[in-house]
Amino acid sequence: MKAAVVVFPGSNREGDMARALRQATGRAPAMVWHAEHELPAGTDLVVLPGGFSYGDYLRCGAIAGRAPVMEAVRAHAARGGLTLGVCNGFQILCESGLLPGVLMRNAGLRFVCRMQHLRVERTDTAFTRHYAPGQTIEVAIAHGEGNYEADDETIRRLEDEGRVAFRYCDAAGHVGGAANPNGSRNDIAGIYSAERNVLGLMPHPENLIDPLVGGTDGRALFESLAAA
Amino acid sequence: MKARVIVTLKAGVLDPQGKAIEGALRSLGVEGVAGVRQGKVFDVELETADRAEAEAQLKAACEKLLANTVIENFAIEI
Repeated sequence: MKAAVVVFPGSNREGDMARALRQATGRAPAMVWHAEHELPAGTDLVVLPGGFSYGDYLRCGAIAGRAPVMEAVRAHAARGGLTLGVCNGFQILCESGLLPGVLMRNAGLRFVCRMQHLRVERTDTAFTRHYAPGQTIEVAIAHGEGNYEADDETIRRLEDEGRVAFRYCDAAGHVGGAANPNGSRNDIAGIYSAERNVLGLMPHPENLIDPLVGGTDGRALFESLAAA
Repeated sequence: MKARVIVTLKAGVLDPQGKAIEGALRSLGVEGVAGVRQGKVFDVELETADRAEAEAQLKAACEKLLANTVIENFAIEI
């Protein structure tokens, strides 16, 4: 598994992401500057990390979504290449058109930074094979704009095609209600592309890979990718 | 040529910021406000003096970057 992490001005989770990838794959990912026009040859997985690319100017992820490197990311995804966007990376995937919908201001208007339970919706994808079906995991969230919105038709298509990757839930696995931290439609925390080779999610699995810092529920995602 | 681009949320898109502003106006005693929707204004200086060309350039700018047409509408004033 050859991974590449794209770094934009204002990215700040690329170090955590590199650490998680190194732990799971046994090799350090390439760090790719946003102004590059190509990904390293033989890249299997591209990751857009969290942060505040371009200071969240205009809209979160809007300017990064049109950065030079995104043409290469788009071509990689179109070839079926694995692509992961976390937090700001998810916003960038939506802004670039690689995933449908948009991440709007949290319904409660506050930046939410805390631990959050998620339900793993399916375990037959390159990202989630190492989770158990129906598993509830606990990972970190830290965002002000994580409120997933799309038109009714898009939401219906995502649901019908089984493209919801993770939903916000409580510790017992009950989805929705107070467990939804940001007002996302259908409690959506992450979605796949139609071919399920692109995943965007707001929570940070890369921060839960070490028992020293709160848990290891994020590890299976990277182990799934390493085995893909 | 000077132009102005106005980007607004589409009808039906929830606008928590607009709601918060609406609430703040009410708490300040500003009466008669039935609703607030927040948008963006861009003042753009164009090199061209041709109106049709300016309009085409601004439309491209809106579709490519200034507006997210999933949730936003744009209007161009030249």
